[in-house]
Amino acid sequence: MLLIDAWQFIVAHPGRFLNALGTHVALSAAALTLAVAIALPVGIWISGTGRAAMAAITTANIGRTLPSLAVLALVMPVLGTGFAPSLFALTLLAMPPILLNTYTAIQQVEPDVVDAARGMGMTRAEIMRKVELPLAAPIIFAGIRTAAVQVVSGAVLAAYIGGGGLGDFITAGIAMMALPQLLVGAIPATLLSIGTDQLFGWLQRAMIPRGLAS
Amino acid sequence: MIDIVDLVKQFPGTARPAVDRLTLSIPDGEVCVLIGPSGCGKTTTMRIINRMIEADAGIVRVGGRDIMQVDTVTLRRSIGYVIQHVGLFPHWTIAENVATVPRLLGWTEARTEARTDELLVMVGMDPSTYRDRFPRELSGGQKQRVGFARALAADPPLMLMDEPFGAIDPITRGRLQDEFLKILRALRKTIVFVTHDIDEAIKMGDRIAILKDGALLQYDTPERVLAEPANSFVSAFVGADRALKRLSPIACATVAVPFAGVAPAQSIDGTASLRDALALMLETGEDVLAVRSGDQWTGVVTLAAIRARTVSHRSHESAPPISAP
Repeated sequence: MLLIDAWQFIVAHPGRFLNALGTHVALSAAALTLAVAIALPVGIWISGTGRAAMAAITTANIGRTLPSLAVLALVMPVLGTGFAPSLFALTLLAMPPILLNTYTAIQQVEPDVVDAARGMGMTRAEIMRKVELPLAAPIIFAGIRTAAVQVVSGAVLAAYIGGGGLGDFITAGIAMMALPQLLVGAIPATLLSIGTDQLFGWLQRAMIPRGLAS
Repeated sequence: MIDIVDLVKQFPGTARPAVDRLTLSIPDGEVCVLIGPSGCGKTTTMRIINRMIEADAGIVRVGGRDIMQVDTVTLRRSIGYVIQHVGLFPHWTIAENVATVPRLLGWTEARTEARTDELLVMVGMDPSTYRDRFPRELSGGQKQRVGFARALAADPPLMLMDEPFGAIDPITRGRLQDEFLKILRALRKTIVFVTHDIDEAIKMGDRIAILKDGALLQYDTPERVLAEPANSFVSAFVGADRALKRLSPIACATVAVPFAGVAPAQSIDGTASLRDALALMLETGEDVLAVRSGDQWTGVVTLAAIRARTVSHRSHESAPPISAP
């Protein structure tokens, strides 16, 4: 019964629903893209340093323990409400797993392989591009997958600071005790998270170099 | 070919230099084995030659050029590099691994491919079988064959080999030593070979440099290191059985004398070492063995001839380190 009511709500308000869905996906995609664009290069850079790595990893580990809602709440007094503060907060949430996995993945490349690459006369950039990154790719992608799922689920909370998305239906549903409306937000948000996990899982497997696949 | 003059390297936070005013000259086309106990500076010295480690002081010239005047990438691409754990790129096929340096040097695809197949044949890996395989499908010995081919790819005049057989089982090791040595001799490569195994040093080396605490104790042919160890450390290092070791590099064919009298009951192949001949004599109780070349008997080797090879030429033999019975 509730499900039918929820469906009827969508049919009655297709514009609102699609708009919210679109905002949710756009917010998530933008946050993930920004996080990759920042955390991946930083992860690569700190893999070659000692002190900077320690600082970045400590920060990332602290960042990873913060509850999503707390990050959003912390951003609001500084940046206000709306799409941009939500994007900022979600980007912050997505960075730690990408940064940590990138660093760890590059560190885990066998030292003998890197030594051989150096000894044969590869430049620092060639070693990174031809050897370290391809071998690190599956673990880096595992980090991006974690981040993607975190962002898609975290984006539900963006509604609390006016970021829009499917969370709008949930917060409104709770406020008005309108359960069908709550489901209009909750079910698509859940499916979106599961779908994201599946998509990135497939990408992650596709990133395993042929010589390492079992 | 390689001139090392007054080389010094001390790692930060260590009490003494890893390499301490080392001077060494390696002629073209020779295999120079650096050997010594752990921490003697043998690997450090080798890695300074292709600037994997930068020296604190001293000069290294390769082919007359000071290595500090050549940029590291160019230098390393011109020197073959083989390490104990091979370090094949696991995400590349065997052919791609072998083609590493040619590709870095920008060879054409056709030239690279032809060279890759040629090298795989040379190291005994059938190209049509192995070209498109991945490293994880190979045994340890096969991996090192590919590692060796990869180091030879751009035909570098100098090869650095750091314990290349250290992680390989004894039977495969013996076979790889023989095969690699044959290839290196045929190609007239100059080799710097690091090992901690004195038997391997005697087998592979034209000269052996014995290092201790970063300093050079003796630099000589295997025969002279065994016959005339420079001091008690060297004599202990080469072992109490150095008389036997001296027999290892000598082939029976080289000491065979014309066959006379009664035909010996036992025979041995001419390529076998005098050490093998002695072992066979002890086992069978014979004093004389016929020396074979194929099916032909070409001469005999006698116990007396073997003994003559083991007696030291030195008059003031230092006491060998044998514990009291």
